[in-house]
Amino acid sequence: MQNSAANQVDTRADIRADAEPVIQVEDLVTYYGDRRILDGVSLSVQPGEIRVIMGGSGSGKSTLLRHLLGLHRPTSGRVRLFGKDINTISGQEMFALRRNMGVSFQGGALFNSMTVGENVCFPLREHTKLDEQTIKIMSRMKLEVVNLAGYEDLMPAQLSGGMLKRAALARAIVMDPKLLFFDEPSAGLDPVVSAELDELILCLRESMNITILVVTHELDSAFKIADNITVLDRGAILMTGTVDEVRNSDIDRVHGLINRIAENEAVDIDDYMRRLTRTN
Amino acid sequence: MTARAFTENLGRRVVGGVEEFGYGSLLLLESLYWIFVGHFRQQPVRISAVMAEMMRIGVQAVVVVTILAFANGVMMALQGIYTLRDFGAESQVIPGLAMSITREFGALIVGIVVAGRSGSAIAARIGAMQMSQEVDALRVLGVNPVRHLVAPILLAMLVVMPALTILANFMSLLGGGLLCSLQLHMSLEAYSQLILASLVPFDVMQGLIKSLVFAVLITLVSCSNGFAVSGGSEGLGQSTTRSVVLCIATIVIADMIFTFFLSR
Repeated sequence: MQNSAANQVDTRADIRADAEPVIQVEDLVTYYGDRRILDGVSLSVQPGEIRVIMGGSGSGKSTLLRHLLGLHRPTSGRVRLFGKDINTISGQEMFALRRNMGVSFQGGALFNSMTVGENVCFPLREHTKLDEQTIKIMSRMKLEVVNLAGYEDLMPAQLSGGMLKRAALARAIVMDPKLLFFDEPSAGLDPVVSAELDELILCLRESMNITILVVTHELDSAFKIADNITVLDRGAILMTGTVDEVRNSDIDRVHGLINRIAENEAVDIDDYMRRLTRTN
Repeated sequence: MTARAFTENLGRRVVGGVEEFGYGSLLLLESLYWIFVGHFRQQPVRISAVMAEMMRIGVQAVVVVTILAFANGVMMALQGIYTLRDFGAESQVIPGLAMSITREFGALIVGIVVAGRSGSAIAARIGAMQMSQEVDALRVLGVNPVRHLVAPILLAMLVVMPALTILANFMSLLGGGLLCSLQLHMSLEAYSQLILASLVPFDVMQGLIKSLVFAVLITLVSCSNGFAVSGGSEGLGQSTTRSVVLCIATIVIADMIFTFFLSR
């Protein structure tokens, strides 16, 4: 533990503030139907940084992640990864870009029809011309990293929640990406397993020096791993700052979020009666 | 108010239908693109995936197709002999069997069996992948879902459906032949000579062309219903049901249109 804390300080110094940002989002606006989900979100993440996007349910953090992954097109605004606008580049360029990105989805999203080992080998088989033996060795190396050595012949359905997330992480890092996205690493896990996963994320940054973006609503995990935290609320960014800055923030809603104070919106009595008695 | 609701509903359904048709057409174009161009872009359609689909869609349907086609041949011969007996023209049942089976029923039986088995299975499989974010995972891994999921199914269907149709034709004619040999006291050899005499190659081709059209329709309907799954297990169930019903409806209607133009 002590050792990793010391390393943490070291690596944080590695973040180069003057370098070109790995992720740059400019004034992102998006709608689902009439509902505005993201309302002018701008952020930038430097190489080697661990950035946590934090927010409650419905804050728009999952939608933001989908935009960063290029799974949705924004209504307006720009998303640049490695300096390239992902909504205007060609399919071929996006294809090249995706080789440098790894994603670990909330539920793992391992392919259910393949074994754990095949899942981890999959990106290598699709994107490289390595021979089968090398692919096997590389995938076993990554499974070792996430402490799942010896599980490669199991099917995803046979794994526990924590193991699934670790296997998904192994698949995400098998191509040695420069940028890693992590959706809700601790959701549905017990505190011990979730702490292990946090250690793993820190350890990965140390050993591979990758930029990591984590979307989470778990405060403990966010405070432990983040270099900087962006707090998202109702589709807009409340603040971006270091762990201490967020902890000591005097913005009401940030304060409410980190101290788990439930919000009671003022009740308009007329509106309340109208809702109760509405006929259709 | 109700008239307005009715019109709104009708409009929405028409727009939905057009949208779905457009989506299906795009899916077809994209699949063909990957089948022909994928190899040159280092993103080929995997032969192993095509083989696996051929196994699931084709080989595993052989027993059902055999039994149904045989029973269908027996029934058609029975009905034919019964109807033609009034005119004293029982033996005319043989050209009737030959043409209706090869042109029509062989392909249709295969279409309905495959629509029922694979139309639901494909929609459910792709739908479950959509729900568990596996489709998103494919995308972010730089693997086009159409190339990885739809193109192998399309290729497999295009190989397997005509093959099953040939099997169904044979089994139906055999079923009809066994019944004729019993009821009309003729040998199977004489029966098969009469069958061959009353067929031209185009009769068989017509059935095979239909089976290719059915292959495309079942693939597109089931895959697009799979990708459209939303709203949890309830939505998955609805999409699966919808897929089977639409598969069968589209192949029967396509069959009707085809027959209308081909037999003029």
